[in-house]
Amino acid sequence: MAEALRRKYTLARFFQDFGLVFMFLAVVAALVVLSPGAFARPQNLIGIIKQASINGVLATGMMFVILTGGIDLSVGSIVAFTGVIAASLAHPGEHSLAVAILAPVLVGAAIGVFNGLSVAKGDIPPFIVTLASMIMFRGAALIFSNGAPVFNVSDGFEQIASGFVLGWVPYLVVYFAIITAISAFVLRQTVFGRRVYAVGGNPVSAAVSGINVHAVIVGVYALSGALAGFAGLLLASRTVSGSPTAGEGYELTAIAAVIIGGVSMSGGVGKWWGTVIGALLISVIGNGLDILNVSAYFQLVIMGAIIYFAVLVDTKGKVSRR
Amino acid sequence: MANANLLEMRGICKSYADVPVLDSVDFRVGRGEVHALMGENGAGKSTLVKILMGIVPRNAGEIILDGRAVTFRSPREAMDGGLAMIHQELNPVLDLEVAENIFLGREVRSLSLGPLSTVNRRRMRQDCQALFDRFEIPISPTAMMRELSVAQMQLVEIVKAISLSSKVVIMDEPTSAITEREVAILFRQINLMRERGVSVIYISHKIEEVFQIADRITVLRDGRQVGADAVSALSRDALIKLMVGREITNFLPKETVPIGEVVLEVSGLTWGRRVLDVSFAVRAGEILGLAGLVGAGRSETVETLFGMHKASAGEIRIRGRQAAIRSPRGAIKRRIALITEDRKMTGLNLVGTVEENISIAALDRVSRFGMIRKRREHASADEYIQRMNIKTFSRAALVSSLSGGNQQKVVLAKWLLTDPDVVIFDEPTRGIDVGAKREIYLLIGELVRHGKAVVLISSELLEIMGLADRILVMAAGRLTGEVQRRDFSQERIMELAARFNEVEHG
Repeated sequence: MAEALRRKYTLARFFQDFGLVFMFLAVVAALVVLSPGAFARPQNLIGIIKQASINGVLATGMMFVILTGGIDLSVGSIVAFTGVIAASLAHPGEHSLAVAILAPVLVGAAIGVFNGLSVAKGDIPPFIVTLASMIMFRGAALIFSNGAPVFNVSDGFEQIASGFVLGWVPYLVVYFAIITAISAFVLRQTVFGRRVYAVGGNPVSAAVSGINVHAVIVGVYALSGALAGFAGLLLASRTVSGSPTAGEGYELTAIAAVIIGGVSMSGGVGKWWGTVIGALLISVIGNGLDILNVSAYFQLVIMGAIIYFAVLVDTKGKVSRR
Repeated sequence: MANANLLEMRGICKSYADVPVLDSVDFRVGRGEVHALMGENGAGKSTLVKILMGIVPRNAGEIILDGRAVTFRSPREAMDGGLAMIHQELNPVLDLEVAENIFLGREVRSLSLGPLSTVNRRRMRQDCQALFDRFEIPISPTAMMRELSVAQMQLVEIVKAISLSSKVVIMDEPTSAITEREVAILFRQINLMRERGVSVIYISHKIEEVFQIADRITVLRDGRQVGADAVSALSRDALIKLMVGREITNFLPKETVPIGEVVLEVSGLTWGRRVLDVSFAVRAGEILGLAGLVGAGRSETVETLFGMHKASAGEIRIRGRQAAIRSPRGAIKRRIALITEDRKMTGLNLVGTVEENISIAALDRVSRFGMIRKRREHASADEYIQRMNIKTFSRAALVSSLSGGNQQKVVLAKWLLTDPDVVIFDEPTRGIDVGAKREIYLLIGELVRHGKAVVLISSELLEIMGLADRILVMAAGRLTGEVQRRDFSQERIMELAARFNEVEHG
């Protein structure tokens, strides 16, 4: 009986669990072969990770939200709103740099708490709550900045995103790595992480098991908001300005990274590294297509097709596993 | 009359990824025969009927229906061939009316224009009413499906199956969600079908029912057919022995354990109109049964007590001290565990692993400073997998890959890990096989031996009478009586359970 229950770890299972990694490696290998000189240079590779970092930060927060079965469309607008706030607090000689760093993160977290409370206590679908936030805070960013980018930021502020560790690793890459490490730790090792999966898997059973479901939901939206605020800070630093029109469509790229990473849109299923690879893959393909001189219009078609097939493979895999 | 075989399945074999599920199974059903298909979970019953219905392909064997060899490649083909299946979990379209559900996919048309055809709703309602009249079913064709009870939905499904002019109707655990009174209605319909020469394949775990309704029984065990005989030739014990492959003596063991102090006391508990002024107390070492018809408010009572609903009145005392329980969290802190009725809806995270499900209610016991101590978690999971005899290939297996009985054991393990003083079971053995049932009975016995207080809700009278020390009976949200073990009788309990007429509804 025990023998019959023991499942063989088949090649198919292996590919299903790690297929994304292979797909990623295959794309990288193909680009190395097609364009060894331009693509495989260390500088270019670091640049790719740097490209992926802001989206990666957003996608990390998005992953937590999607794991609970929700969605956060407001992150792009939070990037713009917190970006203009950060830039306006970063004029040379006005405030300490810490203010310009903390304010956007806290504002983002506060917006996240608003989203989370509306979803949890108000029982409004996440799509609608965050769609409303997305529109509202885009407006707030435009009001705050009078519709024009905020310039004149201090050198220290500029350094936040454009500095290097040891002279060659961009700070952006370091932030992305640290946030990824923390998110992996939280999801795998902590009680909170386990609760996130439980709430996404079956919120009713989670509540009956004594989990404060509302607190978990507010928590993930707050986290997503805080990370979006941090991304807003990074983008403002990188562009040396706070633009009220920045971050448009960022929420969709973040969602794309999470989906490519194999996180289930219905919640409860997904690994931390999936999102990292999802974000990197988007960046690698963008970079590779640039190097291969593919037009930006075609790049959109290819990116859409990749998202489509990632989900298709994922769904088909699940069906055949039954 | 039942000698001419309407359906014959010969030498059916099926394996999934090298694991044989069915091994050369023979199954014969006579015309106008009610044929029970029995066996423990995982014995292969579902696979056999899925092969019949064209849901999964077979590896070998043949199917002969009405003298012709057939192979259905989809449920649609099977339906056209005269087979109909009423699934255990019904999937009606809740926002359509009854008549529309009956004719779903084959609507009566007034104008035939392909996809633009118009539906003749009036005709459909008339045809539906005619069917209902013929089977004496008191449901309005214009009622919305959502308004019906589970039993009524089942009747609608049955009528639908018959209206397809089916020769064979397959019923998978049709009574798992309905009351004894509704079972009687169902059985009357089955008898009517039998009279009309329709064959019924009746899958059930409930031995009493099978003896009541079936003509013949086929038993599967571990993918093999181990017996097929007329009901009159089988005894209850012989049937159980066939199913589990070993003698089960003392099927409902009742131990006498010393009964101690009152652990939990509920007084005047009220939740809206569903739970009305319910008071009871349960002592350490005691099994308190809670009987009643489905909808009597038993589940709602324990759910309110557990903090799942906001009580509008009432007081809960634990060991004499007043406890304000506002959420399941509060109840767990006060050492109460509730094994809920519906394991898929409220008991399990089906996309989670066995281990994640076992530890979710007791994460504080396997963590420090908010961090999970994996080694400790693995140890507890393994301990309970072994102690509860959960059949799984690893603690990391998805809980959805387990059979119903083993899933239920995972739910039990989850709650035992919280180390409760009061354990409330709400229909703990619904839809699970005989072997797993017995293990759950033994576990309940073990709990009271260790001085836990147990509250047991069950709609199976034999089960609740076999286990409980005392039975409280509910009807229409109120307690209608209490019966001591020495006075237990089905008649007495049913009489109390039907006392809802005395309660005014206005």
